[in-house]
Amino acid sequence: MTTAIEIRNINKQFVLRHTRSLKEALVWLIRGRKGDLSKKFHALRDLSIDVEHGETVALLGLNGSGKSTLLKHISGVMLPDSGTVRTGGRVAGLIEVGAGFHPDLSGRDNVYLNGAILGMTEAQIKEKFDSIVEFAEIGEFIDTEVKFYSSGMYLRLAFSVAVHTDPDVFLVDEILAVGDEPFQKKCLAKIKELAAAGKTLIVVSHDLDLVAHVCDRGILLEHGSVVMDGPVGDVISRLRNR
Amino acid sequence: MTNGRTSPTDQDAERALVAPGTGNGLADVFRSRFLLKLLVRKELRIRYRGSVLGLLWTYVKPGVQFVAFYVALGVFLGLEQSPTNRGGLPNYAVYLFSGIILVNFFTESLSTATRSIVNNSGLINKIYLPRELFPVSSVWVSAVHFLPQMFVLVVACLFSGWRPGLVEAYTAVAGFLIIALLATGLGLFFGAANVYFRDSENFVDLLLMVATWVSPVLYSWRMVQAKAGDLWFSVYQLNPITIAVESFHHAFWLPTTAGAEGSPPNLVTLWIPVGLLVSLLILFLGQWTFRRLEGRFAQEL
Ligand SMILES: Nc1ncnc2c1ncn2[C@@H]1O[C@H](COP(=O)(O)OP(=O)(O)OP(=O)(O)O)[C@@H](O)[C@H]1O
Ligand SMILES: [Mg+2]
Repeated sequence: MTTAIEIRNINKQFVLRHTRSLKEALVWLIRGRKGDLSKKFHALRDLSIDVEHGETVALLGLNGSGKSTLLKHISGVMLPDSGTVRTGGRVAGLIEVGAGFHPDLSGRDNVYLNGAILGMTEAQIKEKFDSIVEFAEIGEFIDTEVKFYSSGMYLRLAFSVAVHTDPDVFLVDEILAVGDEPFQKKCLAKIKELAAAGKTLIVVSHDLDLVAHVCDRGILLEHGSVVMDGPVGDVISRLRNR
Repeated sequence: MTNGRTSPTDQDAERALVAPGTGNGLADVFRSRFLLKLLVRKELRIRYRGSVLGLLWTYVKPGVQFVAFYVALGVFLGLEQSPTNRGGLPNYAVYLFSGIILVNFFTESLSTATRSIVNNSGLINKIYLPRELFPVSSVWVSAVHFLPQMFVLVVACLFSGWRPGLVEAYTAVAGFLIIALLATGLGLFFGAANVYFRDSENFVDLLLMVATWVSPVLYSWRMVQAKAGDLWFSVYQLNPITIAVESFHHAFWLPTTAGAEGSPPNLVTLWIPVGLLVSLLILFLGQWTFRRLEGRFAQEL
C-alpha cells in the first residue's frame, strides 16, 4: 500500500472582515493601525490525516466544521497557513458539479472544456466522449446550449464528465444527491465501481446511510479538528448520538 | 497532467507524493495548451453571443474610432500633410491606423486580463488549475481580434505602395511582441491585485485612457522631441508602448512615404531591444507578484 494523501499538522485561518477598498486601508494606516483590520477564524486546527491508496473515506461533521475547506486543501485550491499537504497520483475534485460549465456553450463544448479543466488530454476526451454522453443519457441534447437543460440534465452531464476523468484520488463533496432516483442509483453504482477498481475516495455527505454504504473508514471533524477516526459505522453512531 | 494509461512501474513514479496547488507559473500554461485553446475559443464564442454583427464588431469599433480621430486631428487640427498644409504628416491615415490598432490590442488585452481572475472566481475557488491561464487567454483573445484589423492595415498599405523588406518584418513582429509581453505582464500583476483590491480595475481603466495619448499614435515623435528636449525625449522613449508604436510606423507607414519624416534615431538598433527587454522585465515582475498572491485567491474570491 502506498500513501495517497498525507496531511501533517495543517492550520488554516480565514480573515472574516475584508477591506476591499484602498480607502479603508488608508484610513486604517493613517489612524496608526489601531484596531484589527480584520477578524480571524480558525477553520482547520492542527489537523493530520493519512490516507492509503484504495481507501474509501467518509468525511463527516456538522455544517461549518471544515469539511469542504479540507477537500480544497487536498485538491490544491487552497494552501495551508502552516503544516504540509502532499498527495500521490492524480487528484480530481468534484467539489461542486459543473463548476467549469458555461451556460452559453453547447453540451459538447462543455464536455471538452470541463474535461480539460479536470486534467484530461484531448485524446482522452475524444476517446471517452461517447461513453460520457451515454452515461449522462443526454442523447440529442448534446448540441444544445447548456442553459436550456433542466437542472437534472445539467448535473448528469457534469457528473458524467467528472467520473470519466479517471483520477487516482477522487474527492466528492455533496454531489450524490444529483438527478432523479434511477440516476442517483447509477451514480452510486459508478462510485462503488471506482472504489472496487482500487481508486481512493474521499466523500463528504450529510446522507449518513449513503456514506455508510460507500465508505469503509469514517473521519469526524469538529471545529476544524479530527475528533474521531475509525470504521464508518462507529463514527456515524457517534455523530448520531451526540 | 500526465496521460492516464501507463505501465505499473510508471504508475509508482507518478504516485510520488507532491504538494498540491504549487505550479510552475507560465510553464504550466504552456503545458496546458489544449485547455488554453478551449478557453480562448469559449471566450470568442460568448463575447458576441446574441449580437447580429458578431465578430464584425472588431472592425466596426476601431473603424469608427479611426474616422473620428482622422477627421478631428488629421483634417481639423491639420496633422495631415496636404498641398495647403506642408508641415503635416504624409499618409496620416496609415500613420494613425497602424498606431490605433496596436494600442487597441494593448487596451483590450490589459483590461480583460485585469478582470479575468475575478470573473473566473467560480472556477478558481473550486478546482485547481494554473491560474495564469486566465490572463494569458485574455491576451490571446485580443490577439485574435487584432488579426482582422492587421489584415485591413496590410491591404491599405499595399494600396499606398508598401513593399516591405526584412527590417520592416522585424520591426512589425517586434512591435507586436513588445505589446503582447507587456500586456501579459501587467495583466498578471493587476489581475492578481484585483482579487485583493477591486480598485485595480479602475486604476487600469485610467491607465488605458492615457495610453493612446502618451505614445505617438496621434501625433509625431518629432513634436515631443522639439518641446521636451533630448533628455525628456529619452525618458518618453523608455515607454514600451511608444517603442512598439514607432516600430509599427517604421514597418507600415514609413515605407509608404518618401521617408523624409524618418523614425526616431536608433529605433531599430537600440530602442526595439530596449522595449523588448522592458516588456520581458515587466512580464517577469508580473509573474512573480502573481505567484506570491495566487495562494490566497480561492479564499479571497
Ligand atoms: N473563503 C472563506 N473565507 C472565510 N471563511 C471561510 C471561507 N471558506 C470557509 N470559511 C469558513 O470556514 C468554516 C468551514 O467551512 P466549510 O465550508 O469547510 O464547512 P463544511 O464542513 O463544508 O460545512 P457544510 O456541511 O455546511 O458544507 C465555515 O465557518 C466558513 O464560514
Ligand atoms: Mg461543505
